[in-house]
Amino acid sequence: MSAPAARPSAGDRFRRYALRNASLLLSYLVLTVMGLYYVGYAAGHGQLSVFSVTSVFNNTMPLLVAAIGQTMVVLTGGIDLSVGSIISLSNSLAAVHMQDSAGSVLAWSGLILLIGAATGAANGALVAVGRIQPILVTLASLSVWAGVALFVLPQPGGAIPPGFTALLAGNAWQIVPASAVVLGALIVFWIVFRRTGLAVALYAVGNDERSARANGVPVAAAKIAAYTLSGLFAALAGLYLSAVTTSGDATTGAVYTLTSIAAVVLGGVSLFGGRGSATGSMAGAFVLTLIVNILFFANINPLLQEFFQGLVLILAMAASVLVNVVLGRTG
Amino acid sequence: MPRIEAIDVSKSFGGVHALQGASFEADGGEVHALVGENGAGKSTLIKILSGLLRPDGGQLRVDGQEVRIDRPAAAQRLGIGTVFQELTLLPHMTVAENLLLRREPRDRFGLIRPRELSRQAAELLSGLGLREFDVDSVMSGLPLAQRQLLEIAKVVSRAPRILLFDEPTSALAEREVTWLMDVIRRLRDGGRTIVFTSHRWNEVHDISDRITIFRNGQRVGTFAAADIDENRAVELMTGRHMSAVFPPLPPLGAPEAILEVRGLAAGRVQGVDLTLHRGEILGIGGLQGQGQRDLFLSLFGAQRLRAGTIAIQGRRVAIRHPREAISAGIGIALVPEDRKVEGLFLPMSVRQNMTLPVLGALSRLGYVDLRRETDTVGRMIDQLAIRTTGPDQIVGALSGGNQQKVLIGRWLVTNARILLLYDVTRGVDVATKHDIYDLVTALSADGRAILYYSSDTAEMAHLCHRVLVMREGRAATELRGREITADALVRASLRLGGEVPA
Repeated sequence: MSAPAARPSAGDRFRRYALRNASLLLSYLVLTVMGLYYVGYAAGHGQLSVFSVTSVFNNTMPLLVAAIGQTMVVLTGGIDLSVGSIISLSNSLAAVHMQDSAGSVLAWSGLILLIGAATGAANGALVAVGRIQPILVTLASLSVWAGVALFVLPQPGGAIPPGFTALLAGNAWQIVPASAVVLGALIVFWIVFRRTGLAVALYAVGNDERSARANGVPVAAAKIAAYTLSGLFAALAGLYLSAVTTSGDATTGAVYTLTSIAAVVLGGVSLFGGRGSATGSMAGAFVLTLIVNILFFANINPLLQEFFQGLVLILAMAASVLVNVVLGRTG
Repeated sequence: MPRIEAIDVSKSFGGVHALQGASFEADGGEVHALVGENGAGKSTLIKILSGLLRPDGGQLRVDGQEVRIDRPAAAQRLGIGTVFQELTLLPHMTVAENLLLRREPRDRFGLIRPRELSRQAAELLSGLGLREFDVDSVMSGLPLAQRQLLEIAKVVSRAPRILLFDEPTSALAEREVTWLMDVIRRLRDGGRTIVFTSHRWNEVHDISDRITIFRNGQRVGTFAAADIDENRAVELMTGRHMSAVFPPLPPLGAPEAILEVRGLAAGRVQGVDLTLHRGEILGIGGLQGQGQRDLFLSLFGAQRLRAGTIAIQGRRVAIRHPREAISAGIGIALVPEDRKVEGLFLPMSVRQNMTLPVLGALSRLGYVDLRRETDTVGRMIDQLAIRTTGPDQIVGALSGGNQQKVLIGRWLVTNARILLLYDVTRGVDVATKHDIYDLVTALSADGRAILYYSSDTAEMAHLCHRVLVMREGRAATELRGREITADALVRASLRLGGEVPA
């Protein structure tokens, strides 16, 4: 038929992959540069240790986990602002109720994850069935769950069982950060998830809802699933935050609402939906955390942390647009 | 027993009857064409049969059984597959992912097998004679014609018993049309039912077993393809109607060129020359999608020019933005077809909508002179006979035709010399249509120059001093005065040879 195209060579295929995933590859590149800078600087100043590396991982994980959930929603073309409050609620519940026994840790972890999933499902139902805009629905639930978190834990305090902290934020065989193991598991999860029918549905809805429906994709179910997963991951992020900070604070999650979105955007996921990968969001989460560490090394006032995070975000966006334009493709 | 039937089906959109008691039936092993003018109801019928629209009344039957087709999935279950005019491909997914969406090959854990997906997609395409596609390329990078082929391939590969094609060839070149016709013949020989719409008579005649002609939302007749020729078909499609409802055209004085366009290329427009004179109503005809829209938008500065020049009263101008088009030196105004998207602010009042572009002129020291504003708006409401409770009524509460008048009124307030009216009567009730016709001729008598596009052929035939018929981005045929008949317009649009009256 028209415009016959021969089977492309390996070089062409790579070029096309790079073109299609320019934003994703850019986020890997930024992460690599920052990671090397961090390791080089730390090594040069005798500060590279199992402890320092573990702490970078631990500081990243709550954001990284929340960003995976946020990715699911953004892929459908939506947004989840309730992430921060669900993290706060999970942290408060864990700090108040979790006891230092395997049974209690297991039971409360399970319950908290369930609550997170349920809050997400409620968001999803309102968006998909109630046809209310995602930003309104999740803005409301941001407020609702922030209130509930304060009710659960009015004053910062409580305690997280040391065993729970050791499990998620400690080291395996004294040297491997437990967080790195969890990270590996999350990457594997994403690779597998990407091959499920649900993942296809999320991408399809974000690509073009009308077309997805015309092709028989269950649009409402896919959206509800996306928000449910986002709630579940937010709860997991809350548990991780509890393990890392070892205490409870009903406002501690607030910052994650916007940083999870920033991580997703840095990772090259399109806010219009339908394009991107959670591995990019994971890279984005690391970049945002490493900025803080590098500012610390560079002796820059830590109060400027958010300023620089914003600056990196803008630069990354600009670079991404530039790369796409140079490669001859917009948007 | 017919395989698929529509019996006495009706459908209205806000008071406009798209289908009024239309019936139609097609058998197994048959290719059945639906033909008619734009807006005759063909596409509406296809959408009803494929579950995208629900009929207001009437019955649908498959194999003699009454069925409800209330969503696309229901149509698919009944074995109905549809290739829509608007493609249903997902732009950022690959060819393979699109072709096998919801039918992906799985491994024993239920996970999609990406390599097998690509392999099956390639196999599917080569089975249909489309070997040259790279199934791993992303859809959005492909040209429209290729996407159209893939949409067809996707639907055909689902092996439906009944295939509906809505204008499948409009984006295809000749070779691709030949391919499609082969596919359709093979499907027919395999006992499938194929229903399709097309504006290209030769195609219709070559491939169809039977042809059903629609006009104004009703079936005019169904014919064996051998029993009807193009002359008869055109006559049945256009009818002889509506000539009395149009006001007489104001006579033109000595020609005084207001707008001169040379070699304009923008979007689908591939190089158009036109001259618009004082007081003239110049129709831009042709089938939908031949570049008319891009022509209008580019003259209004809303679409970038690739090439060409525009001169106003002999002075060359650049129109890079609607603001410049509206400006006093140029004075071009556009009334678009989709006034909700491109023109009006529905939640705002008649007053606010009308005076928006001239607020500066109505203001003193940054404050709007309310009395002058009220005077101006009141005058327009009277002049245009807008049916409203007053200048402060919300525009969203007016009927479609009156909304359209508000928009026209806005441009009269700006004293635009050149009005671009793009399908302004679409979806407007009959009474208001007449008001708009009167208004258009009055504006012409007042010396304003009007560029007029309508999807209604009768309007073009009766409301224009002159018509340029566009085909594939070019002004292919010019008709003047008495030459402009519905018949001649349809012929020129369809590129039918012969009897264009001299």
